[in-house]
Amino acid sequence: MVFDPQIFLEQLFNPAYLMGAFLSVSVAVLSLIIATVIGFFLAIGRTSKKAYLRGPSHTYVWFFRALPALLVLLIMWNALPQVIPALQADWYTPFIAAAVGLGLVESAFMAEIIRSALSSVDEGQELAARALGMKPASVMRKVVLPQAIRTALPPTGNEFIGLIKYSSLASVISLKELLTTAQIGVNITFRYAEYYTVAIIYYLIIVTIITLIQSRVEKKFLWTSRGVKKVVAPITLSTEAIATSSKEISV
Amino acid sequence: MTTPHEAAGFGAGSTATTPTLQVSDLHKSYGGNEVLKGVEFAIDKGQVKAVLGPSGSGKSTMLRLMALLEPADRGSIMLDGTRIGAATQNGKIVHHSERRLAVQRRDIGMVFQKFNLFPHLTALQNVVVGLTDVQGMHKTQARDVAFQMLTKVGLADRDGHFPSELSGGQQQRVAIARALVLNPQVMLFDEPTSALDPELVGEVLEVMENLAAAGMTMIVVTHEVRFARRAADEVTLFDSGVIVEQADPTSFFENPQHERTKRFLSHVH
Repeated sequence: MVFDPQIFLEQLFNPAYLMGAFLSVSVAVLSLIIATVIGFFLAIGRTSKKAYLRGPSHTYVWFFRALPALLVLLIMWNALPQVIPALQADWYTPFIAAAVGLGLVESAFMAEIIRSALSSVDEGQELAARALGMKPASVMRKVVLPQAIRTALPPTGNEFIGLIKYSSLASVISLKELLTTAQIGVNITFRYAEYYTVAIIYYLIIVTIITLIQSRVEKKFLWTSRGVKKVVAPITLSTEAIATSSKEISV
Repeated sequence: MTTPHEAAGFGAGSTATTPTLQVSDLHKSYGGNEVLKGVEFAIDKGQVKAVLGPSGSGKSTMLRLMALLEPADRGSIMLDGTRIGAATQNGKIVHHSERRLAVQRRDIGMVFQKFNLFPHLTALQNVVVGLTDVQGMHKTQARDVAFQMLTKVGLADRDGHFPSELSGGQQQRVAIARALVLNPQVMLFDEPTSALDPELVGEVLEVMENLAAAGMTMIVVTHEVRFARRAADEVTLFDSGVIVEQADPTSFFENPQHERTKRFLSHVH
């Protein structure tokens, strides 16, 4: 059995893969959002002066950093609905379970990224904002966060790519994401090479797009006025100026 | 014969007894190390006071406490006759909430040694943010007001530049504009030229001298003897957490009374 380009191309443009890729990205995006929000509060909690905030944050991070994502997904989809009957309802889909499960695991890691990003902001920044009379929420939102985001962007991009790959774990809870789509095809046809190559290409495209978006966003955080300060040099020189300059050169 | 000027002076006499900013019995310790040991300091409206002293003498700490950026352990801060920052209840000092302090800080402008401009905002936006966020001014109006203030400090042509694209002197002038635009009752300067290359000190001092001439109430912690001589109404020597000597510049520099002042000046000159 050799690599059959015909099968490969057929599958490459198979809408099922596109749907699978869309699901993978959606799960990753949703879980990253969940992880960032929870991670932000965990980061605040872990650096808080109040012990009743520090304790739970530490415990949360300790707990979810230890658990394999696969186990969390299995618990989310199989165990939780047994314990919580409300989760047996129709709205609780594999998609929701996967996004929330991965989000919970990822938040433990995002907490650390956000914590170190927040602490990387020079303390003089908060001081200056407070001196102006800005209220605590404004100090955070308008002064500290924009600077922390710049520091957090590169590692968050890595985490996002990681989540795209983690989303393939959701195959165990019957989410038809990208890798599951390939696997289903393989199970019927046994054309491993063709189907997996399609999966490779999809993952490459997704990660390339993410990388492009990331570098675009990072450019917005350069904080320089490119284009503003560019002074266009005069193109036309008067003949006199040319004459003098050539004279200077000859001398 | 009573001139209108004297009449006005008499009217102002009642307010002259109330200093714009006054601290009494100010104490502050960091981990058992007492940095301020009962500081008494007052400044009247329109006065310029220069505070000199060796590093670690507590002069910057006094400024931070005055700006309500850190709580005092003991003592009081009065702004125009009203106690700010804290209240005393049953003999114990009770500090105001951060939100309430934020409102009180609007009347006190602060300029830092390391400028502390917001690096993600342009020069203009650095000045605008206080107007829109703190004063609730509309954005278009705030931009106009901020631009005028940048013009005053000689940076009208740098409004779109980010701090990383400005020299230290320019950054500090933006920082002055940022504090000044909120119309504070008093401006506090914490060694505003200490982080600058020598050739950039002049442009910042010039802005400050103009400000002093325009009648701004200013407390300037500095090592610039030149500025203290030229612009200050009174010069203060701070050492080991207390005020050693206060006098007009001429007496202070030509005829210091205290041994410690003489010693300090011999190092500076």
